[in-house]
Amino acid sequence: MTVMEQRGAYRPSPPPAWQPRMDPAPLLPDAEPYRVLGTEAATKADPGLLRRLYAELVRGRRYNTQATALTKQGRLAVYPSSTGQEACEVAAALALQDRDWLFPSYRDTLAAVARGLDPVQALTLLRGDWHTGYDPHEHRVAPLCTPLATQLPHAVGLAHAARLKGDDVVALAMVGDGGSSEGDFHEALNFAAVWQAPVVFLVQNNGFAISVPLAKQTAAPSLAHKAVGYGMPGRLVDGNDAAAVHEVVADAVRHARAGGGPTLIEAITYRIDAHTNADDATRYRGDSEVETWRGHDPIALLEHELTERGLLDEAGIQAARDAAETMAADLRERMNQDPVLDPMDLFAHVYAEPTPQLREQQAQLRAELEAESEGSHR
Amino acid sequence: MTTVAVKPATMAQALTRGLRDAMAEDPTVHVMGEDVGTLGGVFRVTDGLAKEFGEDRCTDTPLAEAGILGTAVGMAMYGLRPVVEMQFDAFAYPAFEQLISHVSRTRNRTRGKMPLPITIRVPYGGGIGGVEHHSDSSEAYYMATPGLHVVTPATVADAYGLLRAAIASDDPVVFLEPKRLYWSKDAWNPEDPQSVEPIGRAVVRRSGRSATLITYGPSVPVCLEAAEAARDEGWDLEVVDLRSLVPFDDETVSASVRRTGRAVVVHESGGFGGPGGEIAARVTERCFHHLEAPVLRVAGFDIPYPPPMLERHHLPGVDRILDAVGRLQWEAES
Repeated sequence: MTVMEQRGAYRPSPPPAWQPRMDPAPLLPDAEPYRVLGTEAATKADPGLLRRLYAELVRGRRYNTQATALTKQGRLAVYPSSTGQEACEVAAALALQDRDWLFPSYRDTLAAVARGLDPVQALTLLRGDWHTGYDPHEHRVAPLCTPLATQLPHAVGLAHAARLKGDDVVALAMVGDGGSSEGDFHEALNFAAVWQAPVVFLVQNNGFAISVPLAKQTAAPSLAHKAVGYGMPGRLVDGNDAAAVHEVVADAVRHARAGGGPTLIEAITYRIDAHTNADDATRYRGDSEVETWRGHDPIALLEHELTERGLLDEAGIQAARDAAETMAADLRERMNQDPVLDPMDLFAHVYAEPTPQLREQQAQLRAELEAESEGSHR
Repeated sequence: MTTVAVKPATMAQALTRGLRDAMAEDPTVHVMGEDVGTLGGVFRVTDGLAKEFGEDRCTDTPLAEAGILGTAVGMAMYGLRPVVEMQFDAFAYPAFEQLISHVSRTRNRTRGKMPLPITIRVPYGGGIGGVEHHSDSSEAYYMATPGLHVVTPATVADAYGLLRAAIASDDPVVFLEPKRLYWSKDAWNPEDPQSVEPIGRAVVRRSGRSATLITYGPSVPVCLEAAEAARDEGWDLEVVDLRSLVPFDDETVSASVRRTGRAVVVHESGGFGGPGGEIAARVTERCFHHLEAPVLRVAGFDIPYPPPMLERHHLPGVDRILDAVGRLQWEAES
């Protein structure tokens, strides 16, 4: 009915009362990235945990250098190094319980290794012998995800399913600053918040998406601020401070496990190496920036803290290095063996049962292989 | 002996029953999508499920198809059996990255350690007077993606049977529901709906000797109508309903064409790069010496789906099918 039709009976009324659905203030990240090392908070940190983090960081750095070397030797097709980001990789992985799940991106093989995955299995994707060389259920590590941010909704779905089943399982999803621009990042955070799913999103802001700096990626005050728009808390942390990363992730995991819902964490870090061995970082950034970040190296920071406080001595440092060398030697030795491949595996797991069409193609390949082996025996 | 009165039921009702029975039998079956809960879906296919099984089993999701399918992947990773509804064919496109990069590949990627038993229901096709983006035939995209099963019912009984088979499958199944058949009726007994068809079997809907019409989904009734009309021309047409595009039942299709010696593939999807090209090639490869004429295609035109007031010119109809049958080189026979 129009106003005219009501002949003066229309009385404007205010719309129903509006109020925000929650107070956004507690969701806001701190003004500064949270730090532990070199601050008062470090004195309260568990020395055992700090020493464990240190050993894992040293091992993680050695893993990165070894994998990079293997790439130069042609043993890996490509390696996206996490050198400089070891604190994020290792500390976040260690903040999980055994029953929790990790959803890594392709740069997060170290996090998977820190969770107990065999480094060789973690690297099959990058060696090129099989996309996922491990059983994801064994260490609760989802397949390494190459498309950006598409694993985030998987983490939400898994965490949601676990909660529906009554299991107190938390999912930790890792993504980079570039990935935060993807639509799946948005959809995953939105679903997680609506469902109050026990999931933690860790954005490793390492400054660059291959060559594109953060300023061209987002106009947000920080990536952590994006959390507020979804109705979840955002946390900012110094991503090179392993103690801080561990504390912030562990807090968020505890919060999620207790039914408090998801958290978005932005860890400020830096990718010391190029995007991969195939990338030339000198085309888009200067040496002085890299040098600045080398001065805030995650291993040196923690080592400094531990030695200053008398929690680590030369022998301890050497022990960590020896353990890392043992891991590297084993990795080198096993990666230097050619993987045994069966081309017939190509058809093994496309469907539970191959379709008639795939059976025909399977027979074709088998015949080709037989002809090949007959030829080689001639 | 008691006889059960068999009342006509619609395809939509059979689908609802299929979902309900699957949910009742298996607590891991979860239905999710836009408006599937309180409303019961825009086509009412999920009507009553939220009420019967609760909102955790039949969930209204945020309006985001990639998120719906992406979270379904995670749920399947944890042992659930999600059945997601994409509200309309053209609204499924945002979920394509999840579908192609994850749903279709995760079993393969993990050497079978992580199968994803997800059913993706997609109302598809035209003929309902829908405005733009509500009438696409998107099957060719799905068929071109290894790792997916692609099925589509044409009858009320198949709607139930194929849906149950899709949900029971340990592989992802794109379940294409012909929108314009939602309200089609068949004598189908909802009290005794046991026929669960295995995925991958075509069926001869009408036997004939002159030529085979190979079709599926919304074009099956059109082809049956064309076959009736063809009797006046002296043609006795066989109609094969594929039911499953992936896997493809070469055996049933080839056997029919070998019998009749002529074939026309009929579908709403565009002809260029459409399913008909693949089907015609497969038939030719297998039946060449039995063929009296090239395999022809009657398809939608290679145009963006037209506005509703023009769609009847686009959709393959009886006349266009009969024209194609007429071009199957009959003169060579006499």
